[in-house]
This record gives sequence, structure tokens and C-alpha cells, in this order.
Amino acid sequence: MLAQQLINGVLLGSTYALFALGFTLMFGVLKVVNLTYGFYFSAGAFFALHLTKQWGWPIAAALPAAAAASGVLAVVLDWLLLTRLRRINAPELSSLMVTLGAVLALYAGMTTWLGPDIRRLPAGVLGGEALVLGELRITQAQILILLATAVLVGGLLALMRLTPIGLALRAMAEKPDAAGLMGIDTAKLAALVSLVCGALAGAGGVLIGLNFNAIQPYMGEAMMLRGFVVIIIGGLGDVRGALIAGLLLGVVETLTAGYIDSGLKEAVAFIMLVAVLWTRPSGLFGRAHIQRA
Amino acid sequence: MKRTHFLAGAAALVASAALPSLAAAQVQVGAIEILTGPAAAYGIAIKAGLDLALAEVNAKGVLGGQKIVLTVEDSAGNKDQAINAARKLIGRDKAVIIIGPTLSNEMFAVGPVTNERKVPTVGTSTTAAGITEMGPYIFRTSLPESDVVPVTFKKAQARGVKTIALMYANDDAFSKSGFDVMKAAAEKLGLKILTIETFGSKDTDFAAQLTKIKALKPDAIGISALVEPVSGVVLQARQLGIGKETLLLGGNGANSPKLGDIAGAAADGMLVGSPWFIAKPDAVNTKFVADFKAKYGKDPDQFAAQAYDTMKIVAQAIDRAGAADSEKITAALGKTDFSGVMGPFKFTAGRDPASSEGVVVLEMRGGKFAIAQ
Repeated sequence: MLAQQLINGVLLGSTYALFALGFTLMFGVLKVVNLTYGFYFSAGAFFALHLTKQWGWPIAAALPAAAAASGVLAVVLDWLLLTRLRRINAPELSSLMVTLGAVLALYAGMTTWLGPDIRRLPAGVLGGEALVLGELRITQAQILILLATAVLVGGLLALMRLTPIGLALRAMAEKPDAAGLMGIDTAKLAALVSLVCGALAGAGGVLIGLNFNAIQPYMGEAMMLRGFVVIIIGGLGDVRGALIAGLLLGVVETLTAGYIDSGLKEAVAFIMLVAVLWTRPSGLFGRAHIQRA
Repeated sequence: MKRTHFLAGAAALVASAALPSLAAAQVQVGAIEILTGPAAAYGIAIKAGLDLALAEVNAKGVLGGQKIVLTVEDSAGNKDQAINAARKLIGRDKAVIIIGPTLSNEMFAVGPVTNERKVPTVGTSTTAAGITEMGPYIFRTSLPESDVVPVTFKKAQARGVKTIALMYANDDAFSKSGFDVMKAAAEKLGLKILTIETFGSKDTDFAAQLTKIKALKPDAIGISALVEPVSGVVLQARQLGIGKETLLLGGNGANSPKLGDIAGAAADGMLVGSPWFIAKPDAVNTKFVADFKAKYGKDPDQFAAQAYDTMKIVAQAIDRAGAADSEKITAALGKTDFSGVMGPFKFTAGRDPASSEGVVVLEMRGGKFAIAQ
């Protein structure tokens, strides 16, 4: 049973990590707590639902298409909601409030338009049979989530560390004004970050919707709290931290529910959050910000 | 300009002289339902049932031809918003009776308010224990789970179930009270409870709890939650290799066609007790189902059926009260003797439904409910 519980934990954790990747990047580079992020997650799942159900696309085509569409949506919404705030250098709280208002309106609009029902991707898009290894069982959707998380984390790390774009992004994360003076087109980069983050959220929505069979407009909202815990524990803007914190959270939650009391599963995430904030306020992997005169 | 005004005024005078009761010929009825947010499916089904019955009622009218005006306020599943809705309905709309709210949670918040204002309040979907004990103005037409669940569990025992694991959503009054009933029913029948696991009603991952249950090898798993998490639990149970040899038992929340829509064949074999079933063959029910399909283009569920009967029970009570007066309607409600899609209906002295003879145990087959053998 322990082995199955550990697998359960790693799988749950990779859904948290998958969700948190784009969120932490958005936070780290754009310095915006963008609450519309959860909406791109829901939107991605619904795009894929439409593509597979109405148009009969295979999941291999629907997944990237849904991710791309969510990315474009993120660019448009970011431009609509935050361009002006960036121009006037509004305090961080304003972007938080603007995106909070926007995301509530978006969820409500989506519910009115599409209905509140829980849907699932057509049962045939992925083999439903679980892989059985002795006592252990793992489904194809779960394997896909593990692979996708690994590939996306690897890809993001490579992008950030090895490419000129990554260098520009890190510069912008450090000091946007200085980056601008060095000839970096920060507006274009911000749009790129929105695109990538929206696409990550969309892909996460499709994969997690596929795994839990629960696609509905508010699915992003439910993930948002866990997303916050993961990016704060992992360190804001830290891709590797999001991966490790996500996995850690998933395993701890699962073991708590499996061996202590399922009633404490919810509490454990927030106990971890408080404990980390007490001991390492910048997260397990974050570096403290040093302000020099 | 002046001339038309004068003419219009004269016409109005003539009209009102001809029909003296026209201006006052409306009875204000309020309803509080979840129309937005994640649980909106329930409120929307209920509103559909209410509207369908209202059209029939208003074809004849009550109190000698008066029309019922139904104002439905959205609670969004939020207790505070439900209380505000009740205040609005009583204060602004002068509602003489209120139907709803949707969830037991909300009823526990709204009940004390409406009871204090002495406005009768009729829950159509509130099945938790203790609802009607809030006061003499609080009624419900939905059979409490304590009447439905034991029938399901008895059927399970007849199929050889001796040990059981129980699961419920621990952040929702409806699910918790359903669990209490399941636990009591299991103890009364002498079933051995191997473990009790909880989850959040918005959770999507139940693997940890189900893995633990699987290792204990119970004969049955009883799940008390709304249909969305129940479907998630069922799907994941099958993924983790809990097979048909383990009987799945649902409470009132599982009693929705959405169980089949979401969980599909994974839910096959699951037993769910129900105060109503779409394929009940009596004439009242078949007419209701046909009318509902014609109006909304989809099948009604239990929530719509309960709402449909409730609107008619309310209309009859208003008629028998002889006036649009909350106090008289409350007294008349107590004397209800009605026969609708749910079967024969009366209230107990405690304002709960009097009979559970209409309960049917259903079994999922091929993603659809059928009457269990």
C-alpha cells in the first residue's frame, strides 16, 4: 500500500507542479500576482473539450492547440488589464485587485455561457485502462502528466538558463527599468511571458481535466490556493522550486490522508506554508532580496 | 398629447371598474436557489421544476383567479447571500411564502430569519437532519436521507454485504448529515464499519483515501456527497482497481443522471435510493416528464420533480388558506393532502414528509439508472 500511496502522492504533486509552473514564472518575471492565471487553466480544458468532442480531434493535436489558444488568450487579457497599470507604475496591489475582479467576472461569464455542469473529455481520447504492475496501478493520463511535467520543467529551465531570451527574462525579473535601458523590449517580453504562461496553464488544464475527469468553469479557482502554496514554498519565480514544492506537497498530503486522517489533508498544505514562511520567508529555494542603496 | 393621456386614463378606469381585483390579483411567492457558481445545476433544475408547475397553476389561478408571481433570487450557494435574498423577498417583494433555499447549509442560515418573520419556508431539496426543528414555519417536501438511505442499505445487506467503508465530504452539511444517516443505518443493520474517510467537496483527487480502503477489502463503500465528487470517487476507485465485487452505495447526492454522464460505465452496479424515479409509470409522472422535456429539451431530475410538486403543494395551500396571508398559509400547509409525481404526500406534525413508501432503490447500468432487482 505504501508504494501505491507514494505513486498517488507523486501524481498529485505533479498536477500541483504543472499548475504552478506558469504561475511562478508570471510572478517571477512580470512581478504581478495575476489571478487570471486560474482562468487560463479552465479555458485550456474547455478548448480541448471542444476540439475533441465537437471536432473529433485526437488528444495529441488538441492538447497543443488548446495550450496555444490559452496562451493567446493570456496575452490579450494581460494587455487589456495590465498595460495601463504598468505604464503608470501602479502599486502591486492594484494589479492584484484588477485581476481578482477580472477573474471573477470571467468565471461567472463562462458559467453563464457554458453552464456549471462537470464534463469530461470523451472517454475514448486516451485508453482508460490502468497499467498494472503487481499491486500498483497507474493510468495513461497519469503517465502523460508525469511526462509533460518533466518535459515542461526541463524546457523552461533550458529556456531560462541557456538562451538569450532567458537572459533577457532574468534581467527583466531583476530590474525591469534597467533591462529596458539595456535595449531589451520589455513590452514584447512581457507578452511572450504571458503567452508561455497561458499556454502552460492551458496544457495543465487539459492534462488535469483528463486525469480527474472534472472539467468545469471553476476548476482553475480550486487549483489556485494550492498554486499559491506551491509557489510560495518553492520560492517566487523559481521553476525548480515549484517542481520540488509541488511534489513535496502532493506526497505529504497523500501520506497524511492515507496514514493519519483524511480530514487533515487540506490543513497540511497550509501548515507547510506557515512553517516555510516562518523559517525561510523567501521559500525553500528563493534567495532573499537584498536592497542596496 | 393631453387627449391621449385622458383617453388612456379613461380606459384604465373602465378596465379597473370591470375587473375590480385586477390590481391586487397577484400572490407574491419567493424562491431562493443557487443559480450561479459550481452548484448551480441544482438551483437551475429546481427553478425549471417550479416554473413548469407555476405555468399549470397560473392557467387556473389561485384564490379565485389570482396569479402567483414567483420571484427567484440567486444565493450562489452562499449562506450570507441566501439570508440577504430572504430579507429582500420578505421586505421588498412582500413574499407570503418562500420556497428553498437549495442546500441544507443555506437553510440552516435562512431558516431562523424567515421563522422569526413568520413567513413559511418550504425546502424542496434540503435533506439534512434538524431542518424542520428550526421552527414552526419551516417545512420541507424532500424526504430526509434518514428515510431513504436505510432502504438502500437493506438492499445491500440482502446482497450479502457484511463490511463497509464510509466516505463523505466533510465541508458540507448535506454530505455530513448523509454520512450520519449512513453510519446509523450500517450500525442498525449490524454491518461492520472498517474505516471512515473524508474529503473536500471541491476535491478532485481521492486516491489516498481509496488506496487505504482498497487494502481493507470491504464488501461495500458508502459515499455521501454531491454528485460531482461522488462521480470523481467512483471513477478513481475503478482506476485504482476497486472492482465490481465491492458494492458502491450512494446517498441522496448520487441520485442524479449526472452520475452516469460523468462517471459513465464506471458507476455500473452502484446502488442509490431515490424518492423519485423518472421511469415511474404512473400517469402524473409520465405527463410531468413529457411536459418537462417539451419545455426544456432535457430529462428532469429528482430536484426538478420535488420542486414541481412543491409549487403545486404551495399553490393548493394558498388556495385553502383563503387569503395571501403567511399565517393562514402556514396553517393550510400543515393540512396538505396531495398526490403528485413523488407519490402521495402529507406533512408530519414536525413538518417533514410523512411517508417513505415511494422510495425506490436504483442501480446504475450502462451509465443509466434502472430499478434495482
